[in-house]
Amino acid sequence: MSDHHKETFITKYIFSQDHKMIAKQFLITGMMMAVLGMIMSAVFRVQLANPGESSMLYNLLPGSWVNELGALNPDKYLALVTMHGTILVFWVLTAGLSGTFANFLIPLQIGARDMASGFLNMLSYWFFFIATIVLVSSIYVQGGPASGGWTIYPPLSALPQAIPGSGTGMTLWLVSITLFVVGSLLGGLNYIVTILNLRTKGMSMKRLPLTVWALLVTAILGVLSFPVLLSCGLLLIFDRSFGTSFYLSDIIVGGEMLHNMGGSPVLFEHLFWFLGHPEVYIILLPALGIISEVIAVNSRKPIFGYKAMVVSILVIGFLSFIVWGHHMFMTGMNPFLGSVFTFTTLLIAIPSAVKVFNYLATLWRANIRFTPAMLFAIAGVSAFITGGLTGLILGDSALDINVHDTYFVVGHFHIVMGLSAIYGMLAGVYHWFPKMYGKMMNKNLGYLHFWGTFICAYGVFFPMHFLGLAGLPRRYYTNSAFPMFDGLTDINSIITFFALSGAIVQVIFLFNFFYSIFKGTKASQNPWKSNTLEWTTPIERIHGNWPGDLPTVHRWAYDYSKPGAQEDYILQTEPLKEGEEEH
Amino acid sequence: MINILIALVVLLVIAALVQITRVSELLAEIKNKDVNQVTDDDNKTQGVLFLFIGFGFLVFVVWQMIEWNHLLLPGAASVHGEKIDVLMKFTMTLILVVFFIVTPMLFYFAYKYRGKQSNTAYFLSHNNKLEVIWTVIPTIVLTGVIIFGLKTWDETMNVDTSDANVIEVYSEQFKWTARSSGADNKLGTSNFKLVTAKNALGIDMQDQNSLDDQLLREVHLVVDKPVLLKFRSRDVIHSAFLPHFRVQMNCVPGLLTQFAFTPTKTTKQMKKEEGEDFEYTLLCNKICGAAHYNMQMSFIVETQEEYDAWIASKQTLSQKLLTQK
Repeated sequence: MSDHHKETFITKYIFSQDHKMIAKQFLITGMMMAVLGMIMSAVFRVQLANPGESSMLYNLLPGSWVNELGALNPDKYLALVTMHGTILVFWVLTAGLSGTFANFLIPLQIGARDMASGFLNMLSYWFFFIATIVLVSSIYVQGGPASGGWTIYPPLSALPQAIPGSGTGMTLWLVSITLFVVGSLLGGLNYIVTILNLRTKGMSMKRLPLTVWALLVTAILGVLSFPVLLSCGLLLIFDRSFGTSFYLSDIIVGGEMLHNMGGSPVLFEHLFWFLGHPEVYIILLPALGIISEVIAVNSRKPIFGYKAMVVSILVIGFLSFIVWGHHMFMTGMNPFLGSVFTFTTLLIAIPSAVKVFNYLATLWRANIRFTPAMLFAIAGVSAFITGGLTGLILGDSALDINVHDTYFVVGHFHIVMGLSAIYGMLAGVYHWFPKMYGKMMNKNLGYLHFWGTFICAYGVFFPMHFLGLAGLPRRYYTNSAFPMFDGLTDINSIITFFALSGAIVQVIFLFNFFYSIFKGTKASQNPWKSNTLEWTTPIERIHGNWPGDLPTVHRWAYDYSKPGAQEDYILQTEPLKEGEEEH
Repeated sequence: MINILIALVVLLVIAALVQITRVSELLAEIKNKDVNQVTDDDNKTQGVLFLFIGFGFLVFVVWQMIEWNHLLLPGAASVHGEKIDVLMKFTMTLILVVFFIVTPMLFYFAYKYRGKQSNTAYFLSHNNKLEVIWTVIPTIVLTGVIIFGLKTWDETMNVDTSDANVIEVYSEQFKWTARSSGADNKLGTSNFKLVTAKNALGIDMQDQNSLDDQLLREVHLVVDKPVLLKFRSRDVIHSAFLPHFRVQMNCVPGLLTQFAFTPTKTTKQMKKEEGEDFEYTLLCNKICGAAHYNMQMSFIVETQEEYDAWIASKQTLSQKLLTQK
């Protein structure tokens, strides 16, 4: 590799084209956004437990968000909810998760020197970075940031007269998401090309680690669905700024009769959810990929049913494109369409069930080593089960009538896609930290962080199902306006207690992360005794990954505890012994 | 002042963490051990924790189901709603059975197969028979769920509306208005361009059907008689949500939507069963602006006689026009 040119501070740390550095940039940016999103949730949880009261947490907010009595303004409550959703869905669980691990793992696990195009990869991060700056700055503009929910349904998001956040804040939101989509497309194309073309000798598709399979399908989903969000957003920009009527019709707002005729907000919903549903799997699949890898390594056992796992990922990926209508059962869509979407939606339960049973079979008769990563991986499976099951209710159009847009939904998706994905992401960080920074994260702090998070997270999200079954709609500033919800105060207080505790627990992680970067104990080359290629690279980061020739692969990634082997792991680079079957 | 104190506490906690971490790592260095290597003792502790905290979670779930059961919505007060409730009970039972089998298995496996340096895991890469079994069983179960679900959905959506009372529900930031279709049971046409301060719903008074329509601040329904609700919106998307009837439909500007159902219990009956302050309520269930959380209207279900007496007391639009002139 001719890449031993001199690296300056700027080419090494800022405009780096090294996939490992770009991965870290995505991770750190994603973590900062996660902290921001979490603080926002802490603020609105305080409002929900003590509606209309003042709180010192509100001192964190811009002054105009709080009224003279010190209470949070109702429209700013919606702003917080909207930004929390946007940040967590796109910034943390899409860019933070895929951006980090696709960049970091793809070249290392398939045996490539770098991404197919290092330059596009760098651009991908910097588009994301600018998108981040724009989004964060929108918090401080007049009228506040976008406040129409992260799904930004027009006409609410199109009309500043309807809610203050639909002014400059919404414009910046749209600009930001446009930049974000461009960044994620550049990244996604790169991931696909790299996986298909740059696999090292012997690394057939059948030998790819499940992480790479998951990241490949994720990238394909992203490339096919994000452009639709882009066009969806562009049409909204036209409606907002250039007087078109794609989504608007028959509207009177703030005493003014708008000229728009013939548009339909339902069109927006179709376009939005055509991205929005695959997006759920863009978030979930990389996490499941990481969980598969971490569970296999730490069970010291091959992942059970590798082929079935790959097929499940592919089937889930395919189905995710034909289920978007289950977000729209109540929009006035033709009931027959509702039937079709119910059918396709419930089908997803089959590959999901297969995945869960395969995880259980992997743990069966394993020799489990409880690293912090392993704890998070098992919790990720638990969340996938708990949250996935309630999907059977929400995906069933008849049942959806009464739980649609209630807290039942909030509980469901925070567990199945929020928790599973965050747990997968944290498992990934704990697991690959030694490879990223050459240091170990502190194990005991990891344990503390895990149990605190595990307890608090279920304490926050499980009770929400009951709020939903009591009929409580989501996105309510307070439920005190309705006597029928008077009994729910206790549940809200419990949720807020766990939410705040859970937020504080994350300080342990942040501390552990940054402490370990600088002062952690040195990592060995292969601390988890893992089979995959990334652990054959030297501990010191080099551009090009392997100092000499690229490694040659002779077996799949899951030869753990194989009978007849000396150790309980066999590197993928180890040739098959005479008479040895591949698996 | 209190902010500074809190900041100080957080700082102190962080400083304590730094010290504890450093001490533990230094101690390990002296003992020549790698503090971050997972030991058999760790595996045991974490395995046992999974057993206890994992099962603690299951206990927490059961506790919630018992403790908060009374807060959940009462049984449906509509014909289709009762069918939805049956489907809900079926699905919920299924979910809970699977949940209470699979989750304990996960936590128990984590405990049971906690590792030891001296142990070796059992090499098992796949088993086609097992995999076919756990693909086929969910498929069969889901086929049942899908068929049951689609049947209920079909019954819910295809109600015979030929003799239904037609009522319009009109939404705007942040209130509901209703319009009864009057004696002819036909709503007069409307157009947003006709909206004025006096004609808030934009009703076309040239249309003969409009004349006997009545504007309402609350909606009265006749028990056991089908009603067809038609929805319009003036500004943004709202969603008409009547949880006690298992009814929900979005109100979309520029689009007419509807939902037909038959209420089965009068308000009086519900008050007897659920307590004196019971009220059927219409909520907004689609984010619509700052006061989204407080957009409501009462629904009252009564007998035909009570309804006839009440509706007779309401002015028709033509009467209203006369008094205005």
